[in-house]
Amino acid sequence: MYDFAYHRPKSLADAVSLLKGKPEGRVMSGGMTLIPTLKQRLAKPSDVVDLAGVKELAGIKVEGNNVVIGGMTRHADVATSADVKGAIPALAYLAGHIGDPQVRNRGTIGGSIANNDPAADYPAAVVALNATVTTNTGKHTADSFFKGLFETALGEGELVTSVSFPKAEKAAYMKFPNPASRYAMVGVFVAKTAAGVRVAVTGAGASVFRVKAMEDALAKNFSSAAIKDIKIPADGLNSDIHGSAEYRAHLVGVMARRAVDAANK
Amino acid sequence: MTAATGIGARVLRTEDKRFLTGTGRYVDDLPLARATYAYFLRSPHAHAKIKSIDTAAAKKMPGVVEIFTGKDTADAKVGGLICGWVVKGKDGQPHKAPPHPVMALDTVRYVGDTVAMVVASSADEAKDAAEAIKVDYDVKPANVDLAHALDKGVPEVHPEAPGNLIYDWEIGVKADIDAAFAKAAHVTKLDLVNNRLIPNAMEPRAAAADYDKGTGNYTLWSTSQNPHVLRLILSAFVLGIPEHKLRVIAPDVGGGFGSKIFCYNEETMVTWAASRVGRPIKWTAERSESFMTDAHGRDHVTHAELALDRDGKFLALRVDTIANMGAYLSTFSTAVPTYLYATLLAGQYTTPLIYANVRAALTHTAPVDAYRGAGRPEATFVIESIVSKAAAEMKMDAAELRRKNFIPTTAFPYQTPVALQYDSGNYPPIIDEAMKIADYKGFEARRAEAKSRGKLRGIGFSSYIEACGLGPSRVIGQLGGGVGQWESAQIKFNPTGNVQILTGAHSHGQSHETTFAQIVSDKLGVPIESIEVVHGDTATTPFGMGSYGSRSLAVGGSAIMKAADKIIAKGKKIAAHLMEASVADVVFENGTFKVAGTDKAVPLGAAVFAAYVPHNYPLEELEPGMDENAFYDPSNFVYPAGTQICEVEIDPDTGTVEVVAHTAVDDFGNIINPMIVDGQVHGGIVQGVGQALMENAVYDKATGQLVSGSYMDYTMPRADNVPSFKLGNKVTPCPHNPLGVKGCGEAGAIAAPAAVMNAIHNALAPLGVTHVEMPATSLNVWQSIQGAQHAAAE
Repeated sequence: MYDFAYHRPKSLADAVSLLKGKPEGRVMSGGMTLIPTLKQRLAKPSDVVDLAGVKELAGIKVEGNNVVIGGMTRHADVATSADVKGAIPALAYLAGHIGDPQVRNRGTIGGSIANNDPAADYPAAVVALNATVTTNTGKHTADSFFKGLFETALGEGELVTSVSFPKAEKAAYMKFPNPASRYAMVGVFVAKTAAGVRVAVTGAGASVFRVKAMEDALAKNFSSAAIKDIKIPADGLNSDIHGSAEYRAHLVGVMARRAVDAANK
Repeated sequence: MTAATGIGARVLRTEDKRFLTGTGRYVDDLPLARATYAYFLRSPHAHAKIKSIDTAAAKKMPGVVEIFTGKDTADAKVGGLICGWVVKGKDGQPHKAPPHPVMALDTVRYVGDTVAMVVASSADEAKDAAEAIKVDYDVKPANVDLAHALDKGVPEVHPEAPGNLIYDWEIGVKADIDAAFAKAAHVTKLDLVNNRLIPNAMEPRAAAADYDKGTGNYTLWSTSQNPHVLRLILSAFVLGIPEHKLRVIAPDVGGGFGSKIFCYNEETMVTWAASRVGRPIKWTAERSESFMTDAHGRDHVTHAELALDRDGKFLALRVDTIANMGAYLSTFSTAVPTYLYATLLAGQYTTPLIYANVRAALTHTAPVDAYRGAGRPEATFVIESIVSKAAAEMKMDAAELRRKNFIPTTAFPYQTPVALQYDSGNYPPIIDEAMKIADYKGFEARRAEAKSRGKLRGIGFSSYIEACGLGPSRVIGQLGGGVGQWESAQIKFNPTGNVQILTGAHSHGQSHETTFAQIVSDKLGVPIESIEVVHGDTATTPFGMGSYGSRSLAVGGSAIMKAADKIIAKGKKIAAHLMEASVADVVFENGTFKVAGTDKAVPLGAAVFAAYVPHNYPLEELEPGMDENAFYDPSNFVYPAGTQICEVEIDPDTGTVEVVAHTAVDDFGNIINPMIVDGQVHGGIVQGVGQALMENAVYDKATGQLVSGSYMDYTMPRADNVPSFKLGNKVTPCPHNPLGVKGCGEAGAIAAPAAVMNAIHNALAPLGVTHVEMPATSLNVWQSIQGAQHAAAE
């Protein structure tokens, strides 16, 4: 690790002001991506602002038809929350399958979506459930938040304070893990909400994307049979030693069908 | 001695107390006063000329004590790292031996090659300074594709090995083999890759060295499997230090699997530099360094052909292998794909004619050397894959074809056509037991049930034999090995009757502190709590060849037995004196010397006390003391054998392979501690499953970068990748060592890959899939299924 100045503010306002005027400053949520990055000397921040002390950012509430999860809420807490399990069980399932127990005890939803790793699980849930991302300066829709590889709509000094998920009538997440890292090689979140059907895919491309053809077919008939002949083009999909683009394209179909079956159970 | 702590007992491990409570003492734990810390700058290129190295800015950085480059070690005439086994090619000439400098001088030859060593007051300061070293590289094209490494025009790794060929070696008579093939009713052909593996011991390599200016003595702490061998190599061949002035200590070591046998750059450098720096130097590899620079394993490309008669009797086997040596020859590298591989190609079978041609090739990758099984997994994979393929082609049952060709029990000692003579064995009861445990009879019903769920089940055999317990020194010498392969033991009693066993073997997971104590407890009747096993320090233990090749029990344990015999012989003389009897009338049983037919008795402890307080003692004929040592050179290798049966279930939609059951029945001769043997088999099977399904060291073909450089991309097997194993065991004692034991440490890893891959091929055969390469990742399996389906559609 390179040296840096470490801060542990107690309020969101302090966190934001600590970041002001420090272009090389970084925020740390759970640190499950940042700390390995620092240890491998792949980043050299001047300052690290640790949000662990900002209690107001963590917590889970049910507000009417929505589950609102604070940005610093740990994956383990989402996975075991009676509120989440009751309102959107697929979301609890997703959180419970991120990383391993140690990662789940530290990693946070705000950190995950702000980082937008192409293999992160949460982006698929945010997009499929059409969640709203609230920050210290405003709100973002699911479709406008994730912009590209490790790129989001967040501006300078803008931190995720909470994510609000509408309850779904039916929802499920199916993940095909990379055998080595167990990140999503392909992860498909399917959801039927009041707003319609959405199919969101993570792991396969540079960033989460929707599959309109599947959404249209499922809107007419929410069954795996309805999408069994829909093929995803391999162009632009990730390719590495664990999965070619063609294989990932194939897995999107398999995981989508399995997600629909699970959602229908 | 009680039945609960002697030979055959499931004694819990002495080692566990410290290992499970965080009180083990590994090299990195050593508190060395005034220590400095080393960091190695490594090549980011697979092949490049070094035009210049500028350390000026780096030397000025905080905490830096000194920086060394290849020029410094060359100027100081530090010797190169050696390869200790001379292999003669077809032309009778010794293999090409390019230089292996301790740090790169003008050329770097693999990503991770050592370029400079920074010594500083802290590891972070050393690393910071290393980043400030400016190296000007002239990047060259790299040769990392083994299958083409010997082709014309491929970039050469060393000018001393034209065309990248280290040796072209053969065993057997090609003309005889070709004649047998010409007459065969059936020939099965197979092309296969034995995938390259990265050892990944839990503890990365580490070394620390100190030089005492007053005495001129060096001390090196190293994660070595063989401290005396390391001392010999460093002193006599590399650093030119008198052997008695170098002490090597291998304290607690967290796994080796072969990767910690060899003499490496880093431990050489910290030893050499300690005298120049004047302070102790500590180094511990980071995991990414381990990935890049620990000797890798396996990495063969093979074409094999098996000739059979109409009834399935094996007539002949011919094998053509290209084996990867990496960019430099590691300590035992040349022996692994020759004497530890081709000599095992008879397997458990009576194949009368065998020919193997092995060409060793250089590539711009990390050096390749022995890794759990060292040559024998590669041999077993070839034979057991081709036998199962032949069975499928000839529509014979895989077990039946094997039985037809087993060496009959009456044929031992059995001289194979590939040099080795198997001493003992009885294979049919082993496969019978394995098939019973695996419920082979019920398999087709399980296959049908799986099919109803849309899954493909397959079952696969691997009947292995291996040669371990290295080994008879004369034979090793005849084959080009530069060392002996005996082992040492010293049994040293204290006056109060407790005893130290000092062994030349080294335990880095093998549990010798427990099992060797069991042997002595059993044979001498000493309570196991009174026994301490000492290993790993060249200053206190007798010279030993170390632990690898499943040799410590067969060879080290036999040395202990011989030393124990000497204790008993001396004890009899002392007891005879004390009992006023003649030595010939004294017997030793249950820890006591007795005169048969009387009630006269002298416990061993009393004899020991008398030896140290010799007031009533035959001093005219016998020296005081009870401290005996022995060296044991085995008359043959030992030949554990067994059958593994693997059952897999494949999801054709994703290509995912699940191991649903895995059976192993082994003949390890007499068993000292069944719990530890089970543990060795479990671990070996998991490593074999890892090779078959997931592990793969991948270099980018264009750039030579190590793509699988971390656990993000190198898939290690975890507990949830395997079922609980079903183990059985049969015993045919080894006829030529005093314990009647064979080796068990590598067997699991030797047999498992073939069992898993045969099961996969069995599962996919109905889809028309004829070949899946290791590792059978889900991607690989899915692509094989797609390929077969497209071929069928055409």
